Amino acid sequence: MAEIVIRNLRKEYGSFTAVQSSSFKIEDGEFFMLLGPSGCGKTTTLRMIAGLEIPTSGEVWIDGEEVGRKPASQRDIAFVFQMFALYPHMNVRRNIAYPLVSEGRPRAEVKRRVAEVARILGIEEMLDRPVGGLSGGDRQRVALGRAIVRNPKCFLMDEPLGALDAEFREHMAEELRALHDRMGATTVYVTHDQLEAMQMGDKIVVMNHGVVEQFGTPQDIYDKPATMFVADFIGAPPMNFLRFHGAVEAGATEVHLHHHALPVPALRVPFDGDMVYGVRPEHVHLSDGAGYRAEVLAAEYLGTTQIVTLATANGEIKARIPSDQRARPGESVGLTFDGATVTLFDRQSGRALRSDLNEGVLSHG
Amino acid sequence: MAEVVLRGVSKRYGATVALDEVTMTVADGAFVVLLGPTGAGKTTTLRLIAGLEAPDAGDIAIDGRSVLRDTPAERDVAMVFQQYSLYPHLSVRDNLAFPLRSPALRTPEAEIARKVAEVAEVLHISHKLDNKATALSGGEMQRVSIGRALVRTPRLYLMDEPLSSLDAKLRADLRVELTRIHASLGRTLLYVTHDQIEAMTMATEIGVLDQGRLVQFGTPREIYESPVSLYVAARLGQPRINALPAGIFGGAPSGAKTVGLRPEHIRLGEGRAAEVVRVERLGDQTRLHLRLDGHDIVTLTDPHAAYQAGDRLALTPRNALYFDAAGNRMS
Repeated sequence: MAEIVIRNLRKEYGSFTAVQSSSFKIEDGEFFMLLGPSGCGKTTTLRMIAGLEIPTSGEVWIDGEEVGRKPASQRDIAFVFQMFALYPHMNVRRNIAYPLVSEGRPRAEVKRRVAEVARILGIEEMLDRPVGGLSGGDRQRVALGRAIVRNPKCFLMDEPLGALDAEFREHMAEELRALHDRMGATTVYVTHDQLEAMQMGDKIVVMNHGVVEQFGTPQDIYDKPATMFVADFIGAPPMNFLRFHGAVEAGATEVHLHHHALPVPALRVPFDGDMVYGVRPEHVHLSDGAGYRAEVLAAEYLGTTQIVTLATANGEIKARIPSDQRARPGESVGLTFDGATVTLFDRQSGRALRSDLNEGVLSHG
Repeated sequence: MAEVVLRGVSKRYGATVALDEVTMTVADGAFVVLLGPTGAGKTTTLRLIAGLEAPDAGDIAIDGRSVLRDTPAERDVAMVFQQYSLYPHLSVRDNLAFPLRSPALRTPEAEIARKVAEVAEVLHISHKLDNKATALSGGEMQRVSIGRALVRTPRLYLMDEPLSSLDAKLRADLRVELTRIHASLGRTLLYVTHDQIEAMTMATEIGVLDQGRLVQFGTPREIYESPVSLYVAARLGQPRINALPAGIFGGAPSGAKTVGLRPEHIRLGEGRAAEVVRVERLGDQTRLHLRLDGHDIVTLTDPHAAYQAGDRLALTPRNALYFDAAGNRMS
């Protein structure tokens, strides 16, 4: 059990800054996701929490103790890597028992804990098998077992499902999350897959170029993105960006794009310049009568819904609409937007403008 | 322009039956996607049509004439593989022009230039024509390799998981692009994938393969709404269809073993009480993982619904699909 606090954490490799003054807090028992594209600094952050890298500056607190300069072995954490290495000459039981044996635990205790871990992971019947003949998923379970058996304060996982194929990954993600719900140990998990982060995480930190872009619950990050990067990185298809130029007053509830008034949540700040009207695909609706026009470019059937690609005067956008609604390529349609869900961005900085929608989230973000 | 007809086509590799009496008609101008897991026989079907392998039994006809005795070149098909292999020492332009410069074709240079420009335009790689092939991103390389198939005007395009090595964003872009290319060229396209999104979004018809047998052939909507078996029902739809004992909600026809309920075909608020095990907030939708009589059920609800683990809630099926003991759909 552990609470982890990261304060102004920074890591430089020569002239390259991998992580720039990150701060966030991981509550005891949370399943916490570090999300971002490759090179964003998420793995470096995880390795600093683990003690595999020494921070250039800043602090790492685990359970009320500053451990930033302590070696990994004194932090009581377990690390699960993407490329899990099992001891090929040992069977499953001895692989899982290894961390306890090397700590010199009594044999009875080792036996009891290995049996318990095997039960949790559902691998009791394969304990005496060599690891060589196991499937990828079973090997990953054994690697997890080896991490769990030590009963550490927290688990750090670096894309543990990255090497598995799509169908199996979904299954293992559910299994990992169910395991967490049974054990309740703090888990910090690195991934570049936004769906995996949304699906499994209690909280998400979104990183880009070594900077924390946003920190919050999956739903808040989806609904109230702090930056255009987050809005684009989260969601499939991602948030639509309608680019326009104009001026808005504080308190405004609409903006003017291409001579049409489109609704927005009441703004808290005035703005003048290049802006972006950010709207999620499920909040774009096709409506014959609407004045804001678009041309249908493509329709992709997805079962109960379809994704429609549209050309507007402000750029290409996508709408998610019911699949029984007609949308034929070449057709001209009117568009309406759910104003209460819209985020306006300052195009220059990429940051969201404060409004009734995101006020609470942005102020502590 | 070509119609492709397979009649009773079978293929074995030693003791393994790769294809088992497949009969299928790919209409002229269709975009047919063969869908199935690894080992279902998708790639074998393509290779047999291309002439890279010969069937053990059955006939393959293109445009009404059997092609079994024709060489791959004589069949006049273009194939795009999963692993693109470009000539690294050539520019994008020369890579695209390569198939046209085949001595057998004797295409005039002016014609080659025109074709390459046209295809580059369609694939949005015109600005990269003078780059070395090695100076491209993965997505651009795959577009060039698709382009190499498009510069020729074969009777038929065959594509074997051309998008599977690309990242999610690029795959989404190329799905739309391939659909557009198909619509503008109007040529027959046979496409193999294990990705259900690709099948649903691009195909005019989907052929579902199971261990070498073609188990259903129809439009994406037909396959999604009226699957012939539990196997087919589980191929399309995310999250996957819930398969439960037929009698769990009552009202099952006699002989039914399993009821299939798509996550979106569950009405909340009345009916049998289930326990909420986990709530997944994915942003545009919220997935509820439920437990009823020891069975897991996944359903979808409004993104901002206030459910949490431990809640109990009532559910009733709508549009339930019933399957017999063999997994076949009961009408």
